[in-house]
Amino acid sequence: MATASTSLSKIKANSLNLAGTYGFSGTVTGFDDTPLVLLSTFTSDGSDATASFTSGIDSTYKEYMFVFNNIHPQTDYATLLFNGSTDGGSNYNVTKTTTFFQAYHDEGDSATTLDYTTTTDLAQSTAFQNLGYGLGNDNDENASGILKLYNPSSTTHVKHFVSRINMNEYSGFSVDYNVAGYLNTTSAIDAIQFKMSSGEIQGGTIDLFGVV
Amino acid sequence: MALSKLAANSFDLTDNYALTGTVTGVVSTQKLFLIKNLDASSSSTLSFVDGSDSVDLDNTYKTYYFKFINIHASGSSGDLVFQGNSAGGSGFNETITSSVFQSAHSEDDSTNAEIGYTASADQAQGTGFQIISATVGNGNDECVSGEMWLFNPSSTTFVKHFTVRTNVYHPSDISVERWTAGYFNTTSAIDEIQFKLSAGNMDSGRIALYGIK
Repeated sequence: MATASTSLSKIKANSLNLAGTYGFSGTVTGFDDTPLVLLSTFTSDGSDATASFTSGIDSTYKEYMFVFNNIHPQTDYATLLFNGSTDGGSNYNVTKTTTFFQAYHDEGDSATTLDYTTTTDLAQSTAFQNLGYGLGNDNDENASGILKLYNPSSTTHVKHFVSRINMNEYSGFSVDYNVAGYLNTTSAIDAIQFKMSSGEIQGGTIDLFGVV
Repeated sequence: MALSKLAANSFDLTDNYALTGTVTGVVSTQKLFLIKNLDASSSSTLSFVDGSDSVDLDNTYKTYYFKFINIHASGSSGDLVFQGNSAGGSGFNETITSSVFQSAHSEDDSTNAEIGYTASADQAQGTGFQIISATVGNGNDECVSGEMWLFNPSSTTFVKHFTVRTNVYHPSDISVERWTAGYFNTTSAIDEIQFKLSAGNMDSGRIALYGIK
């Protein structure tokens, strides 16, 4: 006897015994409420001219966060720089207006300061932005910190960023660099590049997170 | 006949289900993990010690993030301070070089609208506890809140950087924002962090530790 085909549209709650171990090979959506999603990681191979993020920066997230751990330069007294791109990384030359201030204190307790640094800010410049300078290249010297980029996919507004990075300055200073500003374009920013003012990045990681 | 498998797309899951079993094979995108909440209760110290009380403070995570929520002082008023202990070491006395600055503004709008370097709170190769807030008032509604980042404390190659930002309700009715940054000047791994007030106890409040992979 032929049996009429009846499709189940829904199984009632509590009618399915799930008290086992299941391996899902598909994609499970709708449950992951993590506030941070790791999009990519740059890990220095010991001789990197640049660290470029050319994918994953789009309209998926309203905020992106770069976490720097132990960025180590080849060259003593190096400056960590960044710029944005509107063409997927073909060119890093977006116009920026920024502020830059620092606090420092040396290991010898001879000098402290809190000051605005006019030589390292930008006013409608397409140059790379200084995120901190004077980084030493001794084996244990490095830079660590955070850079946040807000809504880079906007085609209406400029794109703001804030960063705070602490460095071992080459002559024994702890320097707290605070930089903020905006990429003054209404084009979407879809790539970010970091590099040293001279020499290579020879150690460390940069993680790019999307912030939910 | 028992069904051995449901066809793809034949199962409507648009409802709430409580899974009591173990789900495997799902690749989580989660990267921010709450490691431990420590709630003060007339506490002289709050310590995060790797391997103790479900705390991971090692190479499980590259970056650690602390939140200070309504740390309230009892008795004497003090500053919120912290120190680290290296793996296998004894005592919270690691060498620190740090910088500190603050801005302040009083409730009556008359004094202390300022920003400046705070030399009394920094360290130059010091081994004392690092001050990371102005004095916390002990009035019922007075407290300190803020956050601290600690970068790659398990490294045995590099110094370990930290950055801190706190705001205090000062006993003189002043809002004081304190920015602290520096490094543990050691190539030993740091696997213990302790917080306390420079005077008095932490009557209440929470310090939360997160790990970021």
